[in-house]
Amino acid sequence: MRPVKEIGMKLGPLAGPRADSLTAAGTDQDYIRQLSRRDFLKTGGVFVIGVSLGASVLGCGRESAPVAGAPDAAPAAATGPWSPDVFVSFDPDGTVHIISHRSEMGQGIRTGLPAVLADEMEADWARVVVEQATGDAKYGNQNTDGSWSVRGFMQRMREAGATVRQMLEQSAANQWGVDVSECRADLHTVQHTASGRVLDYRDLLAGAAQLPVPAVETLSFKPREQWRYIGKELPIVDLHDMTHGRAHYGADTRLPGMKYAAVARPPVVFGKVKSYNADAALAVAGVEQIVEIPAAVAPANYRALGGLAVIASNSWAALKARDLLSIEWEDGANADYDSAAYKQALLETVRQPGTAQRNEGDVEAALSAAAARVEAEYYAPHLAHAPMEPPAAVASVTADACEIWAPSQDPQSLIPMAEAVTGLKPEQIRVNVTLLGGAFGRKSKCDFVEEAVYLSKQLSAPVLVQWSREDDIRHDYYHAVSAQRLEAGIDAAGAVTAWRHRAAYPSIMSTFDPAVREAAVMETGMGAVNVPYAIPNLRFEVGPADAKVRIGWLRSVCNVFHSFAVNCFSDEIAHARGVDPRDNLLQLLGPDRTIDVAALGLEATENYPFETGRLRHVIELVAGQAGWGRELPPGHGLGIAAQYSFLSYIAAVVEVAVHEDGSWSVPRVDLAIDCGTYVNADRVRAQQEGAVIFGLSLARDSEITAAGGRIVQGNFNDYRVLRIGQTPDTRIHLVPSEAPPSGVGEPGVPPIAPAVANALFAATGKRFRELPLGEKLDLGG
Amino acid sequence: MITLTVNGQQQSFDGEGDMPLLWYLRDILGLTGSKYACGKALCGSCTVHVDGQAVRSCALPMSGLDGASVTTIEGLDARGEHPLQVAWAEHKVPQCGYCQSGQIMQAAALLAANPTPDDRQIDDAMSGVICRCGTYQRIRAAIKSAASAGAGGAA
Repeated sequence: MRPVKEIGMKLGPLAGPRADSLTAAGTDQDYIRQLSRRDFLKTGGVFVIGVSLGASVLGCGRESAPVAGAPDAAPAAATGPWSPDVFVSFDPDGTVHIISHRSEMGQGIRTGLPAVLADEMEADWARVVVEQATGDAKYGNQNTDGSWSVRGFMQRMREAGATVRQMLEQSAANQWGVDVSECRADLHTVQHTASGRVLDYRDLLAGAAQLPVPAVETLSFKPREQWRYIGKELPIVDLHDMTHGRAHYGADTRLPGMKYAAVARPPVVFGKVKSYNADAALAVAGVEQIVEIPAAVAPANYRALGGLAVIASNSWAALKARDLLSIEWEDGANADYDSAAYKQALLETVRQPGTAQRNEGDVEAALSAAAARVEAEYYAPHLAHAPMEPPAAVASVTADACEIWAPSQDPQSLIPMAEAVTGLKPEQIRVNVTLLGGAFGRKSKCDFVEEAVYLSKQLSAPVLVQWSREDDIRHDYYHAVSAQRLEAGIDAAGAVTAWRHRAAYPSIMSTFDPAVREAAVMETGMGAVNVPYAIPNLRFEVGPADAKVRIGWLRSVCNVFHSFAVNCFSDEIAHARGVDPRDNLLQLLGPDRTIDVAALGLEATENYPFETGRLRHVIELVAGQAGWGRELPPGHGLGIAAQYSFLSYIAAVVEVAVHEDGSWSVPRVDLAIDCGTYVNADRVRAQQEGAVIFGLSLARDSEITAAGGRIVQGNFNDYRVLRIGQTPDTRIHLVPSEAPPSGVGEPGVPPIAPAVANALFAATGKRFRELPLGEKLDLGG
Repeated sequence: MITLTVNGQQQSFDGEGDMPLLWYLRDILGLTGSKYACGKALCGSCTVHVDGQAVRSCALPMSGLDGASVTTIEGLDARGEHPLQVAWAEHKVPQCGYCQSGQIMQAAALLAANPTPDDRQIDDAMSGVICRCGTYQRIRAAIKSAASAGAGGAA
């Protein structure tokens, strides 16, 4: 999630004339790069990402940023590299290097956006090398979050690609002495149609480098039907490395003299070390010293929590010794956090009137006048992100440089953090982005990277901070715990006349301002305040909820619990009305129309109207594909749910099988997604397949609770996620579309849990209104 | 002193015997393909072969490995063309990729023992290896592809 106003912003100048091929010698930045290069060479092959970045930076300066309005730079030497845009450069042999400025965490973006650029410039994908951007504002926004990378940057990539293509075509025209209109780029060549002459891109670079970079307004783009890679199924560029143990993640950097650190953090947020005894820890072979990290104070922001770091010669010694520290903590005010009591308080809250964020008609009167009323309460617990890669990062701080290697979703945010910790200037700080071994929103926060930077500065040595799984589960920025209460009124004719929805959950904003006690519209706008139902009397209210832990965003954010309550309640309405749940859903949705989100206090996204007809379409599509209404074996049931999120339209049908002892499974899931134009059909399907598993995990197994302010769960034995044996036959139905691209990574998650609960009702006649549902259902009563 | 072979190379270790194999591989030998994810043999990202058996290296102390033969993802196939690696590419299995070394090593041990596993046998063998991205459906498909390509003999 990120501020709405960033959506669709124009990022950076397209392309000024290329700056000189090598950055001015003697700058701090150069020093950092040279230092890095030296380190790379000493470390050998392990340091794969660092080597390729370092070499590219030093070798040809292709990071040189085009500066709008800068005087013409000296043209490149005939055999030198050519970089007409910050995102693309060439080697003399025609190899094209394309920068991925978004972080790769499994969504395939390191392939997707470069493929867009490659497509538009008519590159041969076999001659493309994708390089990961360092954290640098010259690339524009790099915060890989909110399922908007393709939406935000597809056009920017096309502009870079079209720039390259047009300059190469002009270069060929000049070489042949013909008009450029007679020349056509085609798969790393330019062809002169009339004469049949062909030149490879490598032979056009020198000429192109002499040309002015065309203005954006003069660019023309390939028509959709000529796209080579967009909409197709390119394999991800990291696939081979990932299957051969060569992919480079947060803990895979090895530097000379590097220390390994594990940190004992306060078990209660904003607690601090009162006293400690490190004798046993220091006795562990390989342990060098203990370093205290200052305790965090509210607001949490992205700051390190503080605590005691064990510094050792390897991760094992650090982790083992960390657990041998004897620490007396001063817990502070959050020690009163108890999940059972908090749940009751949240439920009490939603039984009282709250602050109205939407109020149409007169809900109170309509409920009073209703022939029938439906009421239900829903509860969903905190969740941890639990990416397979726990947080880990490496930092190397010297007197005049700081270099970081981190699996960060938001690399630019590491620069002000490192500036504050080290006192260095931004230009002395270099952020290398490794692959992210999963993230789901966790790695937007740089608390773990700050630990590495702080320790490296204290020790004057490179430091790898390795979080254990317990550290990850117990020191997360948790998905909010929530309670919701819904009431509906149905008239004598069976029409739904009233809808009142109340929600209470700690706000993400509390992480930045502890005074915030109610969910912001930015949060409730994910499926609650903007519920698209055509009901004349409709009211949404929020109630207060104080945060007792750090609250963060997790894949699909508030959509997850809003969708659970809204879709489950819709199913309850269907039952009360005696209407088929799919038909009921379509009837609640009403006639096709555009929802006026601005009237709901939400910021509208230009070119992305919220069209209920597209939601209707995916509901109809998935119901048809899933065989809605088909005959099922005894104990089986089908459930349906739909959710608009991240500007995409998703619906799912889940089939459950319930056994007499209450155990249950999910034999099949169908999911339909309309995400507008998509770049990589296979990765869209892969993301939805994964979203189904993620959704089933939280529906069935996952729950974070607190006692005495401490998180109870610690590892995959008690914070459980889905395993292969529980995987359904998953069928993804992708809607072909020419609408602008919308979200893919997150929006598959929200419909899953409610579709499961609705299917369980269909199978058992019993409602399940609390997550997680558990391995065994209580079928009594 | 513990002597063992890792990916066919003779190694010796004179550190603390309680150090799990995973950290020896990663921090001492620099073989970072095997991943830390739980530290308690709960998730399988660290899976390697010891004397042909799939083991969780995060919970296997070095003290018991004298004379052992260890194979990691880096040494699974000399040419990097193990049928599972080929099938993984064919089915485009990885998303974030972090658990995939463990998945492949677990699957390789399965196929070595049972060249033609059925769905239940695949699920049973693979249930200890968590993928948070949810690539399970493709893992099943890739294992079946590799099995039909005769991976058992190659593993």
